[in-house]
Amino acid sequence: MNASLNKLVGGKQGAIGLALLAALIFIILPLGVDIFRLNLVGKYLTYAFVAVSLVLLWGNGGILSLGQGIFFGLGGYGMAMFMKLEASDPISTKIQTTPGIPDFMDWNQITELPWFWHPFESLPLTILAILVIPALFAYLIGFAMFKRRVGGVYFAIITQAIALILSILIVGQQGYTGGVNGITDLKTMLGWDTRTDSAKYILYYVNGALLIGAILLSKYILNSKFGMLLLAMRDKEERVRFSGYDVSNFKIFIFCVAAMISAVGGAMFTLQVGFMSPSFVGIVPSIEMVIFCAVGGRMSLIGAVYGTLLVNYGKTVFSETYPELWLFLMGGLFIAVVMFFPNGLAGIYDKYAKRFKFLRKFSDTQPAEKVKATPVSDIKEMGVKA
Amino acid sequence: MSNTDFVLAIEDLTVSFDGFKAVDNLTMYIDKNELRVVIGPNGAGKTTVLDLICGKTKSTSGSIKFMNIELTKLSEHEIVRAGVGRKFQTPSIYENLSVYQNLEVSYPKGRGVWGSLFFKRSDAVVSQVKKIADEIMLTDFLEMEAALLSHGQKQWLEIGMLLMQDPELLMLDEPVAGMSAKERDQTADLLNKICKNRSVIVIEHDMEFVKKIAHKVTVLHQGKILAEGAMDKVQEDEKVIEVYLGH
Repeated sequence: MNASLNKLVGGKQGAIGLALLAALIFIILPLGVDIFRLNLVGKYLTYAFVAVSLVLLWGNGGILSLGQGIFFGLGGYGMAMFMKLEASDPISTKIQTTPGIPDFMDWNQITELPWFWHPFESLPLTILAILVIPALFAYLIGFAMFKRRVGGVYFAIITQAIALILSILIVGQQGYTGGVNGITDLKTMLGWDTRTDSAKYILYYVNGALLIGAILLSKYILNSKFGMLLLAMRDKEERVRFSGYDVSNFKIFIFCVAAMISAVGGAMFTLQVGFMSPSFVGIVPSIEMVIFCAVGGRMSLIGAVYGTLLVNYGKTVFSETYPELWLFLMGGLFIAVVMFFPNGLAGIYDKYAKRFKFLRKFSDTQPAEKVKATPVSDIKEMGVKA
Repeated sequence: MSNTDFVLAIEDLTVSFDGFKAVDNLTMYIDKNELRVVIGPNGAGKTTVLDLICGKTKSTSGSIKFMNIELTKLSEHEIVRAGVGRKFQTPSIYENLSVYQNLEVSYPKGRGVWGSLFFKRSDAVVSQVKKIADEIMLTDFLEMEAALLSHGQKQWLEIGMLLMQDPELLMLDEPVAGMSAKERDQTADLLNKICKNRSVIVIEHDMEFVKKIAHKVTVLHQGKILAEGAMDKVQEDEKVIEVYLGH
């Protein structure tokens, strides 16, 4: 394996983990469940984009954002606006007072398409907007916060407040945004019906491929010097600053990358589920996504995906029988993970996998130079055992 | 203030915190290749002087010129890039990274966002890391997680991280605090070695250690210079004995 490819997938172990995840997403799940449930899995996997972005931002960068729903929502609304405009052609909306505009605008006595809706008439511009607007918004928030050295719990509270403000804004501006119902009745994308089974399969696979792509991008970042600096900043920010780095620029950048990844998830959500609403923007979804990430393991990109799938599976099963208890259970789960398994599922896996390897090390007689090349984590393990 | 030959020229430097002058009209010059030790009782303003030089604290008035660049207007990372390195009082290293990574992260290339994303571990980096690791006596610990080092080794590692940047001026705040006698001797040797091509400012309380390394000593008291000169001369100074060394 050459060096740059190695950096991308993170060595042999990283490649195996990634291959297993890809096999699960692309082969096992599509063969194992019907299209209705697969579509549900696809929906959960769009949340996994946010969980992956939180591994970058929170796990590695130490920046806890309780407002990733902002970016998930911006991406989702971007795609929803495009599809809504396509669904609102003058013929199918001819019973409206003003045909050719989305139905909720007509209900709210709006007679002309607002200016900011116009770019979403074009798919290339929509895709651009889905990537650029969240990044730009993250840049503004990041610039205002990180240049002033606002961090830690203050940053978390401010992102949470922004998530709340955005969801209230969307609800309040019903004529422009569809209000509390969101943007619904989305049917086609460039004439292609997204509600058929075949379209659902295709979207599921596209979503899976994009998720793997997001993980690869994140792996590249984490395995570069940038990733090392993220860990260093999380540990000793002052030391990084006094080693000649402008710390705020690094934080702004990773916040923007996390925003973009979340937005792609949001756009894929809209495509697969067929609507977007403010209930995916505000505080509750933002915190739920942090829980997905924490359960999976906030240091593990792949763990975050499993965490998301597991918690959502639990939610589906449990909330069918005891809907009112689910939120309590999830709160309890979060507390338990933070207190007893700070590295989540990935941490538990690492612990047992390493222990197994450690035992093997004793039974094999290894050449001296191989022992010298023991990774850092193993040395620590041995130190504990000795 | 005109240009000088000094590496560092501090003139009329004052900083006041709510009216309390932690550093009061201080003037001090550091020569090329000089190792200066700053001593003084607690609260004399020693650490504040280092904070002012490296930009952690902003001065109220006065000037700090490093190789004729005015530092008081620069931000922290710009001061570092100009060639000033600073070690903190408590060892400040990245505990989650290996010793190797600690040193590599401190290498002065790829300091921007994009530069760090496309930074390559070149032969120059590897050989620099090995060279510095040898100097700070941590060659055998390169793969170890830095959290597992002894306290003294952590102090050395932080010095090594500064050496990676090859600064013209190195500032060390109590580098031997918490070290054993043997580690102190090794650190003294290290400092005498590394001040060959650069100027070094050390804050220290341990007089035996100061004697081993100092070219010149500055005694601070209440933000002002009480005495300055060779160690033996300063030690006999009446005022210094009065406020600091004791009878």
